[in-house]
Amino acid sequence: MKRDAPPVPPVDRDAPRPWPWWPPARSPEAVAAATAAAQPSSDASFGSVVDGTLDVRHGPVLYLDGITVSFDGFRALNALTLTIDAGELRCVIGPNGAGKTTMMDVITGKTRPDTGTAYFGQTIDLTRLTENQIAHAGIGRKFQKPTIFERHTVFENLELSMKADKRVRKTLFARLSSEERDRIATTLAQIRLTDAADRQAGLLSHGQKQWLEIGMLLMQEPKLLLLDEPVAGMSDDETERTAELFLSLAGTHSLVVVEHDMKFVETIAKKVTVLHEGSVLAEGSLAEVQADPRVVEVYLGR
Amino acid sequence: MTRYFTPRGWTMLIACAVVVFAVFPVLNLVVPETSAFHLSAFWVTLFGKIMCYAIVAVAMDLIWGYAGILSLGHGLFFALGGYAFGMYLMRQIGADGQYRMNMPDFMVFLDWKTFPWHWTGSEHFWWAVFLVLVVPGLLAFVFGYFAFRSRVKGVYFSIITQALTFAAMLLFFRNNTGFGGNNGFTDFKRILDIPITTPETRMALFAITGAALIGTLLLGRFIVTSKFGRVLSAIRDAETRVMFCGYDTVHYKLFVWTLSAVLCAIAGALYVPQVGIINPSEMSPANSIEIAIWVAVGGRGTLAGPILGAFLVNGGKSVFTQYFPEFWLYLLGLVFILVTLFLPAGVAGLLDKWKRKSP
Repeated sequence: MKRDAPPVPPVDRDAPRPWPWWPPARSPEAVAAATAAAQPSSDASFGSVVDGTLDVRHGPVLYLDGITVSFDGFRALNALTLTIDAGELRCVIGPNGAGKTTMMDVITGKTRPDTGTAYFGQTIDLTRLTENQIAHAGIGRKFQKPTIFERHTVFENLELSMKADKRVRKTLFARLSSEERDRIATTLAQIRLTDAADRQAGLLSHGQKQWLEIGMLLMQEPKLLLLDEPVAGMSDDETERTAELFLSLAGTHSLVVVEHDMKFVETIAKKVTVLHEGSVLAEGSLAEVQADPRVVEVYLGR
Repeated sequence: MTRYFTPRGWTMLIACAVVVFAVFPVLNLVVPETSAFHLSAFWVTLFGKIMCYAIVAVAMDLIWGYAGILSLGHGLFFALGGYAFGMYLMRQIGADGQYRMNMPDFMVFLDWKTFPWHWTGSEHFWWAVFLVLVVPGLLAFVFGYFAFRSRVKGVYFSIITQALTFAAMLLFFRNNTGFGGNNGFTDFKRILDIPITTPETRMALFAITGAALIGTLLLGRFIVTSKFGRVLSAIRDAETRVMFCGYDTVHYKLFVWTLSAVLCAIAGALYVPQVGIINPSEMSPANSIEIAIWVAVGGRGTLAGPILGAFLVNGGKSVFTQYFPEFWLYLLGLVFILVTLFLPAGVAGLLDKWKRKSP
């Protein structure tokens, strides 16, 4: 099939709606807008309203403009404007309370901004989608504290996060195909947990939990990965291998890494953004931002 | 998956089925009453009643043990199922009531000439079955939709469910609600035009309840061993992560919540013809809390454990209330505290520990 001609939007209003048939919690216009912009994709859409519609022809994969978030008068984000290019690996640093985690909350739909716009690609308005719709659209997130399913096995953790049709009925009758087993096995090898596949995830070491969470992100096949302190609690050896993994992902994926470990940032970063009091203080290579007197002041409090 | 589905678990399930479908009927119907082996109607009714409770316990385990949502209002769905079927049983009395009118006694007493609108069709068995499934299911669906969409969680959700069942109890206590006020429905004579108190009818109801219990257990097993079940327990342990994996947790919770309510309603509908009465006290908050105690005693998240819990607690209740009726609630509270402190996995967890020590 040729991909050049703009296709007819695949919206068939008379077709029977898949179960569940009730409307999504958030505005249907957002969904309609995203669907209208949809391109045919060889990927199965898995019933997701926004899958396969990511449009990065103009460069940026993530576009935040003038985002402000206040909690009881405290401005966690203050007119934050930030652009991430497709395939970029960006490090975000900043002192505690600079708004790094809140920024991730806004991107993943956990927190709604008071003002400002957040776009994933050219067409997907993140401020109108729920967490799970954003995950389907192709944004994966690793939390600061490893968040895995502690009482499930490592294998089940990967199975649950795997890209699939995640609606109730499909999940109720889902059976793992051999391709899916292969994919889980590949990821297990990638995160070096093949031998621990049947272990309960809660029994893993801290570093292994971090890796399992990264593995769960990979199973989701996201286009943009948000990683909040991914190497905290890892040994030097593990940190080094994580750096290798991230560098190998960059290019085909876009990554945003929040990290305090400057040695790690130095290894992986081409471009660094410094956040301070909810907005961008400086941006550039690590050497550039380290030489910036404002950054020095923020970090050392002079 | 869970240990109850080992070959040994299946053997036990078949053994229980044999007891329900063969041993009980033979001892009750075939063995003459003079024999020492005769099983009296008292025991059949008691076990039938506890099997209804066991269905509720499994339903509660699905929502609490697996999805981590503690409902303190499951007594409401049980009672609604009971009332929906009770309406049919009241119509089956026909003109055999105290007043010899073709209307339930309480309506004659209130001097009503016609049936209220919600009694329309209640003379049909199929309509009663439809109501049993749909009314509690619909209530649970609507309530759950708003509660889960608003992300009401934990103790807040429990309190709201408790308030819901309490409000319903007050409503059903009123005479003009049309459900017999505080007397509820009783004095049933027939079911499907067959006399309801004969040993054969009693045994048939008992066997149907047994089949429903086994069916509920197998359905529960299918759900918790599916990928859906793993998502459900993942929601219990780390809901945010499940959402960021791309699952709409509202739909998952809503599905299992509604299913759980419908299972309770079926149990309630089977309970009423066997016990012979339904009144608003079934909706009292204490009843719903007791359901949670059965599950906690039996072991959350084990499916078979709550069945055991329902039998232990209700068996204990039957014995204990005979000798020291005034102390039963204290004992129940004590059991709950002890189980919470020392047996977080309930009796099922205890049995499992023993089994592992002596393989």
